[in-house]
Amino acid sequence: MTTPKTSPEVCGMGHSMKRKEDPRFIRGRGNYVDDIQLPGMLHMDIVRSPFAHAKIKSINTEKALKIPGVLAVITGETLAKYNLHWMPTLMSDTQMVLPTEKVMYQAQEVAAVIATDRYIAADGVEAVEVDYEPLPVVVDPFKALDPSAPVLRTDKKDKKDNRIFHWQAGDKAATDKAFADADVTVVQDMYLPRIHVASIETCGCVADFDRVTGKLTVYMTTQAPHAVRTVFALVAGHVGLSEEKIRIVSPDIGGGFGGKVPVYPGYVIATAASVVIGKPIKWVEDRMENLQADSFARDYHIHAELAAKKDGTMTALRIKTIADHGYTDAAANPSKFPAGLFSICTGSYALPNAFAEVDGVYTNKAPGGIAYRCSFRVTEAVHCIERITDVLAQELKMDPAELRMKNFIPPEKFPYKSALGWEYDSGNYPAALRKAMEMVGYEQLRKEQAEKRAKGELMGIGISSFTEIVGAGPSKNFDILGLKMFDSCEIRVHPTGKAIARFGTKSQGQGHETTYAQIVAEELGIPAAHVQVEEGDTDTAPYGLGTYASRSTPTAGAAGAMAARKIREKAKKIAAHLLECSPDDLVWETGKFSVKGAPGRSKSIQDIAFAAYTNHPQGMEAGLEAVSYYDPPNLTFPFGSYIAVVDIDRGTGAVKVRRFVAVDDCGNIINPMIVDGQIHGGLTMGLAPALLEEISYDDDGNITGGSFMDYLVPTAMETPAWETAKTVTPSPHHPFGAKGVGESATLGAPPAIANAVVDALSHLGVRHVDIPITPEKVWRLLKEKGLAE
Amino acid sequence: MTMATHEIRMTVNGAPHQLRVESRLLLVHLLRENLRLTGTHIGCDTTHCGACTVLLDGEPVKSCTVLAVQADGAEIATVEGLEQNGKLHPIQEAFWDKHGLQCGYCTPGMMMTGYALLARDKQPSETDIREAISGNLCRCTGYSNIVKAIQSAAERLRQQ
Repeated sequence: MTTPKTSPEVCGMGHSMKRKEDPRFIRGRGNYVDDIQLPGMLHMDIVRSPFAHAKIKSINTEKALKIPGVLAVITGETLAKYNLHWMPTLMSDTQMVLPTEKVMYQAQEVAAVIATDRYIAADGVEAVEVDYEPLPVVVDPFKALDPSAPVLRTDKKDKKDNRIFHWQAGDKAATDKAFADADVTVVQDMYLPRIHVASIETCGCVADFDRVTGKLTVYMTTQAPHAVRTVFALVAGHVGLSEEKIRIVSPDIGGGFGGKVPVYPGYVIATAASVVIGKPIKWVEDRMENLQADSFARDYHIHAELAAKKDGTMTALRIKTIADHGYTDAAANPSKFPAGLFSICTGSYALPNAFAEVDGVYTNKAPGGIAYRCSFRVTEAVHCIERITDVLAQELKMDPAELRMKNFIPPEKFPYKSALGWEYDSGNYPAALRKAMEMVGYEQLRKEQAEKRAKGELMGIGISSFTEIVGAGPSKNFDILGLKMFDSCEIRVHPTGKAIARFGTKSQGQGHETTYAQIVAEELGIPAAHVQVEEGDTDTAPYGLGTYASRSTPTAGAAGAMAARKIREKAKKIAAHLLECSPDDLVWETGKFSVKGAPGRSKSIQDIAFAAYTNHPQGMEAGLEAVSYYDPPNLTFPFGSYIAVVDIDRGTGAVKVRRFVAVDDCGNIINPMIVDGQIHGGLTMGLAPALLEEISYDDDGNITGGSFMDYLVPTAMETPAWETAKTVTPSPHHPFGAKGVGESATLGAPPAIANAVVDALSHLGVRHVDIPITPEKVWRLLKEKGLAE
Repeated sequence: MTMATHEIRMTVNGAPHQLRVESRLLLVHLLRENLRLTGTHIGCDTTHCGACTVLLDGEPVKSCTVLAVQADGAEIATVEGLEQNGKLHPIQEAFWDKHGLQCGYCTPGMMMTGYALLARDKQPSETDIREAISGNLCRCTGYSNIVKAIQSAAERLRQQ
């Protein structure tokens, strides 16, 4: 664990500072979008399609408009007058805001009702009559690729099939040769089902257009307010919206996890309606709309193969994947990475050869493919490599821990260039796995498992030794819609030595108000209690790409340190002026500059700040502030080893996670308490898809998991008490050696649990179970093997 | 469409209120929109998530599925009523100390459920706590620190 360099009063890095944002939340005084109530505000509700694919024959708004309090019904035709019925997605695909001809998935927005209150708006939705003519539905992405499948995107003139993109990475010939030469090869198909982030706050906005000033303010559940402002300016420039007149405010956000990165049609309709009507308009979706229409994650059909020598040395990895993107490619990947960072799929292993392919496919399902607390498809990659590693262990009859130890990239090989082109910054994989094995008592558990097996009891131990890739990213490769993925911080030190720091990111619960203040405290010695952190208002915060993909600490956090260091440089000159010495004679220790060899002669950052406004040197500009736009030289590569212990009930097939040990390495730690909180939450969002969550569809494209009745978010009852520990391997290129931590656990946990379940059943010949591992799935397996009680 | 209205009275956090409401108005909307007590949140509208939990005559209820007229004559307690005379309630202090919240959205409902549990059981076991909050979903914390916060609040209350 990192030992703090600062006192508890300063509370720099390494202190478990209590969160600065909590006093308002524990009093119910947070300010979320639905809490905003503006004078004259109207409410919007949305008519959604019951069909997965249908022609719209007519929309009759007459009855709705007769309801007292219903002011308008907006359809695709309304928006078409302003050419706002289509919008670009973050992947430069196109998406209907409201349809004029046909609907492409169930729960698609069809029309919007504007009314004086939310109940009347809902009455209006009931009264809008839409006449549909159902069209053939394509749900299965494999069938969508069949030449006989109907072409879904008839809006794209030259589109002759349902393939969105083909992506590949690696050396195919070398990989094929390694497979041909291998002693052992294993192959496994696995499906990572469609899931949904289901943040407890759904999405919504209050759009407020002021006709007099021409200024549009949109309070919005967004993780990326600056990018949204630019997108609004680019797509609505033709109707007079100009970027300096657009203000996006992301207030308190009730959980994001990636689901609040995309621009959904609801935001655009509410904004258009506010511009046309000239009044503030609130739209807040309900839970079913949220689950059914907002961006999903995963939906990856993976075919994985692993080649090895007899002794278990891995020699090559080959993967072919079909990615179901739904109606449009609305994933939120960096533009040069249509399959995200899936190419991290070689994981923690020194794999000399690898080749991976992904084909993106259109189907009649809600669009998306965004992350679910994950850095652009890393979860899919980690699940694939960690699962197939266990398949290999089973094939070789080797202990999965031993197989991992044998193949880990050795600590001395960092920085390590992977077969698919990444340069891993730092790592010590054996140390993390050893620590996890000690904590869980691995040898003892294996003995217990053998004893239980002899008695017919089912118990399994599963390992996942993951490597993540986060902190996008270096601007040479990473952009979204052309916007480079740097991030920013602006710090102003006030005359009395207190500071305000503004960032281009946006916390959704990660605790930025605390951790960013601690970064500034560490660098400047100003107590974190006196560093006010602000984000999310595009009128005041410096431009940044936002918070997702564990990028806040690697990018904006780094910008915070760099801006503080610029301030320190100026502070040094002021201190030299005050102490009447050369800046070269000064040394910095937390919070003050002292004359070398005369520690009694010093000036604190507070003295210096006061002088910056009252007694600054002639020829120097007054004030003490700086801004940094930080462009990271590389991504960061957090890692860890997780071990799950599960017991399976032979009567019900239920899997109980008895213990779960998580050893994480996210480099240097800003706030250990917050890091543990991030790991706990991430682990629970890993347990969720492993055992419970799936958005499924029937053959007609009806969503069968579209409410909290069917979409099972873990409760406190299913969630075990997590056991966490750390190793610390700093990132060599990050200003303070941090790597990012918000998502490691989400991707590390599912394969550990899946591997534990398979391990429990391996003696029955079971080699793989797709997630979510529901009691029904396990019970059917047990029944097949004659073990169900 | 005209909806019948009703005159109702209730006490919210000790303060009496008299309101005329539509039959269909939900208690959560009355609290949030009529009384502007926005600490009670809406997460699902279907009684699953518990973000809207308030106490109705001391019992935790999900105010998204209680009609305002059903609360006629009742005493309602919301998160805004926990702090008394500028002093945080032990459950608020414990949630803060133990990092029992992240985005803060489920927090008011969690604290009200925890408050009700501790009113009837001064020394709940971990299982008791997990069972009590099993109708309150949290997506951020993984529940571990919420359980610790409620245990810590129990201890603080016992020492009072």
